[in-house]
Amino acid sequence: MALLTQKYEVSGDDFSRAGEASSAIKQTLKGLGFDPELIRRVAIATYEAEINMVIHANGGTITATISPESISVEFVDKGPGIPNIDLAMQEGWSTATENVREMGFGAGMGLPNIKKYTDYFDIKSEVGVGTKVTIRIEAK
Amino acid sequence: MKISEIASLLNAKVWCGEDMLDREVRAGCACDMMSDVLAYGKDQAVLLTGLLNPQVVRTAEMMDIFCIVFVRGKQPTESMIDLAKERSLALLSTDHPMFSACGILFSSGTPDGNFI
Repeated sequence: MALLTQKYEVSGDDFSRAGEASSAIKQTLKGLGFDPELIRRVAIATYEAEINMVIHANGGTITATISPESISVEFVDKGPGIPNIDLAMQEGWSTATENVREMGFGAGMGLPNIKKYTDYFDIKSEVGVGTKVTIRIEAK
Repeated sequence: MKISEIASLLNAKVWCGEDMLDREVRAGCACDMMSDVLAYGKDQAVLLTGLLNPQVVRTAEMMDIFCIVFVRGKQPTESMIDLAKERSLALLSTDHPMFSACGILFSSGTPDGNFI
């Protein structure tokens, strides 16, 4: 049973604001008294996905569903889509621009990192339509 | 190692987090790629970096890293300092380049050193 559902619109126009949604989710979880290590995993995975939305997809929507048993987060964008998901899941593979790398991102670790920190990870993408990433972290 | 010791060893200026100087860091992480910090960093580490943008503070926040040292004399912007204060992070700057800053801290016995 969901305790709480939070929805955030992520702008793709302002890189300096990337991370605000992830930070808000983290603060919510802290306020609800979840385990610090669980919060850290949620925060890292959410932040990676939020950054991806900003640098690759011109923003999107993040929906977090919080229950005592688990934290589920869904990331939906209307970006260009991912032509080859298997390739995108390889560590080090990135289509990031030089500008993004100068900001400290684009090392090709985002999607593999999200998968590493979560108990459930699913990604669906269609070129020309967008991408949807769904994650879940179980509260043990 | 306490943040106060880090500041002393590196002759660093403290921009914010003066009330945190007695907190202990448990590891070290030196990196300019935030992607790598997210992938390989440890919580409660000190982050040494030459990268200067708000996402450095956000990355540290997500990783539960509460001390950032900017090397090569880099100075955080007002917005970075405000964000760090909001999220209870200490920001420091040292004139040391990355290599020597890491060497100073590592040789001084940062526990569970994890310099990436």
